[in-house]
Amino acid sequence: MSKVFYLQPDGVEKVIEGTDGESVMTTAVKNGVRGIVGQCGGALSCATCHVFLAEDELDNFSAPSEDEDDMLDCAATDREPNSRLSCQLLLREGSDIHVTIPSSQL
Amino acid sequence: MPDLDRARSGEHQTAPRAVVVVGASHAAVQFAESLRSNGFGGTVQLIGEELHQPYNRPSLSKAYLKGEVTVESLALRGSNWYTDHSIDLTLGERVVRIEHGKNGSGRVHTSKVHSGENEVSSYVYDRLILATGASPRKLNIAGTDADGVVELRSVDDAHSLRDRVASGPVVVIGGGFIGLEAAATIRSLGGTVTVLEAGPRLMGRAVGEATAAFILAAHRTMGVDVRLSTAPEAILTDDHGAVRGVRVAGNDIAASTVLIGVGVEPNIALAESLGLSCAAGIVVDHRGVTSEGTVLAIGDCTVQPHPGADLDLERSVRLESVDNAVEQAASAARVVAGEPDSVRAVPWFWSDQGDWKLQIAGLTGTHDAVVVRSDPDRPRRLVVGYFTSGRLSAAECVNAPADFLALRGALNNGTLVTPEEFADTSAPLKQLLKPQASRASATA
Ligand SMILES: Cc1cc2nc3c(=O)[nH]c(=O)nc-3n(C[C@H](O)[C@H](O)[C@H](O)COP(=O)(O)OP(=O)(O)OC[C@H]3O[C@@H](n4cnc5c(N)ncnc54)[C@H](O)[C@@H]3O)c2cc1C
Ligand code: FES
Repeated sequence: MSKVFYLQPDGVEKVIEGTDGESVMTTAVKNGVRGIVGQCGGALSCATCHVFLAEDELDNFSAPSEDEDDMLDCAATDREPNSRLSCQLLLREGSDIHVTIPSSQL
Repeated sequence: MPDLDRARSGEHQTAPRAVVVVGASHAAVQFAESLRSNGFGGTVQLIGEELHQPYNRPSLSKAYLKGEVTVESLALRGSNWYTDHSIDLTLGERVVRIEHGKNGSGRVHTSKVHSGENEVSSYVYDRLILATGASPRKLNIAGTDADGVVELRSVDDAHSLRDRVASGPVVVIGGGFIGLEAAATIRSLGGTVTVLEAGPRLMGRAVGEATAAFILAAHRTMGVDVRLSTAPEAILTDDHGAVRGVRVAGNDIAASTVLIGVGVEPNIALAESLGLSCAAGIVVDHRGVTSEGTVLAIGDCTVQPHPGADLDLERSVRLESVDNAVEQAASAARVVAGEPDSVRAVPWFWSDQGDWKLQIAGLTGTHDAVVVRSDPDRPRRLVVGYFTSGRLSAAECVNAPADFLALRGALNNGTLVTPEEFADTSAPLKQLLKPQASRASATA
């Protein structure tokens, strides 16, 4: 089990204990975390799961694929160096994840 | 029936207090979520006949069929979500009869699935929502009841197909989205697959010629044996009633499994019993309101006015997509919560066929020009634009998700995209998302 810390743009934080192997997007949607839509269910088709990943956790994940990288350029909120599509971030035993949710997804 | 009497006597009531949704899938779950986020404080009851918690259907022909994900991970929401939002979820019950009274109130009667048609429970409502979805269309040839003939709509269907894949060749009848997605997945598992399509090209009315031809080539590259203009005559069975093949003109194709994927029929029986206007789907307006005025309907079961930016009200459409289920659910929730209409985004759709990603934004039909954007350096990509009076009106993308987002954004914002800009592969399409002023200075 690992925890995901979801920080809303207004500073409210929600912590969810997720299932290993599921994504940061799925964990958010299943638990009603506002601001992560995940309309395509993680198929890299919608970019409605954009998050800013804590800088010191960037290296815990493999770099974005070419498609994810291109899609981030077209997300509703401008991308930052720590932008990721949260459907591509999978939970792993024993490592917590901290993400900040952008102000708009659609 | 004191509850019903109370609901019926509510002549002066403004907001409904008890909402019942028939169906518990994409449209229903989104409706419940949107209703709560619009501040609705009454009871919300979803009634679904399937036994599983509401789940994601798109994965059934992809990750789930491949065995990459579990049933639990397909769930649309966690079990806690329903309790946290005070949403009553009743599973394994089928709504068999509805007594619809005045002021939109009434009572639905259910039977337990697998226990015949005996009514077991009833639920009172003062607002009814039909989110009954669609069911696979039946095929009228001999042998469709044979052991080994499957369809693909539910998690149980996907499970039986998955179990059969290793047992021998599969014939898919129908070259639409579901059949092609399943065929590609089965190929990626090492199976032998033949797709029979009665029409002259794949995905009939859903995509244009250029995209259909591109996807056809993709399937042939993956090793799917696609046969166009080929209608099956019969499913052949052995002495035990199990599938052994499919007969097509002068040629029998061996098969241990036949997947029938010839489209879906909307589930309209309940709507018809209520006297709602139906035309190949429950007829609704742009907010999901049916002909009766108080009952609403959302998702795959509906026929609605063309939801384009320039409302083409003459043309009605039935859309089968997650995006549509979500959008219709969100507007129906606003009606029930007494909120004003919101603007609907352009419809969009995706279909993953093996490692070929097809995405569609907008609806074709009114266009007068088609422009293909292809780059010889990127042969696996294709972007097709449809133009109506010189303006972009729809787009189809293959393996170009960023271009797709740019085009969907442009369609939603009414950004002007000319056929010339569209065809010019030297400038990335994402530039179109930039406001006109900075585009002008960027190109100056
Ligand atoms: C294999 C597959 C792949 C797909 N892939 C994609 C894709 O890639 N992209 C995309 O956008 N869309 C895809 N779709 C389509 C998408 O899943 C549907 O558009 C969406 O599920 C529609 O949601 P809905 O709630 O309207 O209907 P449904 O999901 O059909 O749900 C209706 C529910 O109502 C229940 N019901 C019906 N009548 C009753 C009754 N009388 N009492 C109780 N319950 C009842 C049904 O059992 C069902 O569970 C796919 C669909 C399938 C089957
Ligand atoms: S959920 Fe659609 S791209 Fe992540």
